[in-house]
Amino acid sequence: MSITPPTFTRVKITALLTLASFFSLTSASASAQTTPVNTQKIVQSLAATCANCHGTAGYSVGTRLPRLAGQPEADLLAALKGYKDGSRPATVMHQIAKGYTDQQLAQLASYFAAQKK
Amino acid sequence: MQRRQFLQSASAGVVLASTFGCASIGGQAQAKVVIVGGGYAGATAARYLRLWSQGTVAVTLIEPNAQFISCPLSNLVLGGSMQLPELTMDYAALQKLHGVEVLRDTVTSIDAAARRVTLSGGQSLAYDRLIVSPGIDFMYDGLPGLQTDAAQERVLHAWKAGAQTVALRKQLEAMPDGGRYALIIPVAPYRCPPGPYERACQIAHYFKQAKPKSKVLILDGNPDVTSKGPLFKKVWAERYAGIIEYQPKFTLSEVDAKTLTATSEFGDKVQADVLNVVPPQRAGKIAQLAGLANMNKRWCEVDFLTMESTQAKNIHVLGDAIQIAPLMPKSAHMANQHAKVCAAAVLELLQGQAPNPEPMMSNTCYSFVSDKEVVHVASVHRYDAAKKTMLTVAGSGGVSNAASELEGVYAMNWAHSIWADSLLA
Repeated sequence: MSITPPTFTRVKITALLTLASFFSLTSASASAQTTPVNTQKIVQSLAATCANCHGTAGYSVGTRLPRLAGQPEADLLAALKGYKDGSRPATVMHQIAKGYTDQQLAQLASYFAAQKK
Repeated sequence: MQRRQFLQSASAGVVLASTFGCASIGGQAQAKVVIVGGGYAGATAARYLRLWSQGTVAVTLIEPNAQFISCPLSNLVLGGSMQLPELTMDYAALQKLHGVEVLRDTVTSIDAAARRVTLSGGQSLAYDRLIVSPGIDFMYDGLPGLQTDAAQERVLHAWKAGAQTVALRKQLEAMPDGGRYALIIPVAPYRCPPGPYERACQIAHYFKQAKPKSKVLILDGNPDVTSKGPLFKKVWAERYAGIIEYQPKFTLSEVDAKTLTATSEFGDKVQADVLNVVPPQRAGKIAQLAGLANMNKRWCEVDFLTMESTQAKNIHVLGDAIQIAPLMPKSAHMANQHAKVCAAAVLELLQGQAPNPEPMMSNTCYSFVSDKEVVHVASVHRYDAAKKTMLTVAGSGGVSNAASELEGVYAMNWAHSIWADSLLA
């Protein structure tokens, strides 16, 4: 499959986000580190906290829990932010989303958007 | 299709290591992880180690049971709306799709210094990293009257899904209308905090349909309902009024399996037609034998950055067997999350890299209060470097507003998703 412009844009955003978070993470815990932590692996692990309900890498298996893989990044981020600030109604996601920083929500939206649909 | 897509995207979109420490270069042995116990934690660890290493790390999973039986949803078998085969799965996908070596065997000893485990037949296996996910063991030693096999066959726990679940259902079916079912709950921590209260709902649901003069008596060793208390109490008062009776602070001191009588520490005697004792618990047997249960001789303390035992190097402990962090439940969902933190850390450690300094875990536990209606409790946990443990994130988590059929639909979807994420996909 060829890389379409929107995908390319998402990849660039991902790179910027991960670069930014890379420095904040490593500087926060520099003393404990012998080697830099790979931010993409951290985001992969972060996304794995969603997988119990939404499927491995966002490929959900049921009929009712949304498939996150390949959804537009802006939609994912808007939904997550809406859950976090309470503007989007939910049964459980409003309680889960409040557990993640804004930066982590952006990383999650970027990660799931980058998965093939 | 889903798996192929995932693998494609994983290889295309994520930076993945090509070699793992002593992976097969120049004839050296491939890095090897051995996993003891194939429940939610062990199966998930096996699957994610293979996924995230792109199949470069060898994984052997040792499990005595031929099949995986889900504890989540097993209370519905008691309530009559599900059958055990619906909760029974095999390890074929782990073997065939992911290349996990699954051995149906039991580990009898662990040699941490030599990094080897011994199996029941005497076979010995070497490892670079060992993951111990043994689940729970029941502590009958403090329960006079329940120490013989005969007594334990009559007074069931049904706290490991399987034959006992079916046997308890049969006892309930055989019970005459107007009879009494008594459920005895141990002092926390125990596996699945809301599980006993869900069980009471399920059995009351069955009685309401089939034996309306029958009663459910909950004798709780705790001072109050340990999870989703207001939600359960509302359901008991409204849906199961006159059926469920709740008594806290009941400390079991003795059982008479012949007369099905439970005696409290104060000498109060309660007789039942079906007596169901959930015994106090500790980490599974192999964790005890290997000296990993270093907290109160019951649970295994771990470093939450890696899930490595604080007792033995290169050995990681997952699932219900660990000494939990504050407000962390012993749940299948949490066991799956332990496994992913561990898998990521093990892969870093095998390459001599530092693990993620700020792992996260989430939890959602759904409880069925009838055959369709459900309540949940959710939490999000983040590693606290100063306190060196997982703490819930302030402001996150919570419970349902009320029981609903919508959450019942979500709960069933959750089950299929976590089964796929742990071992089926």
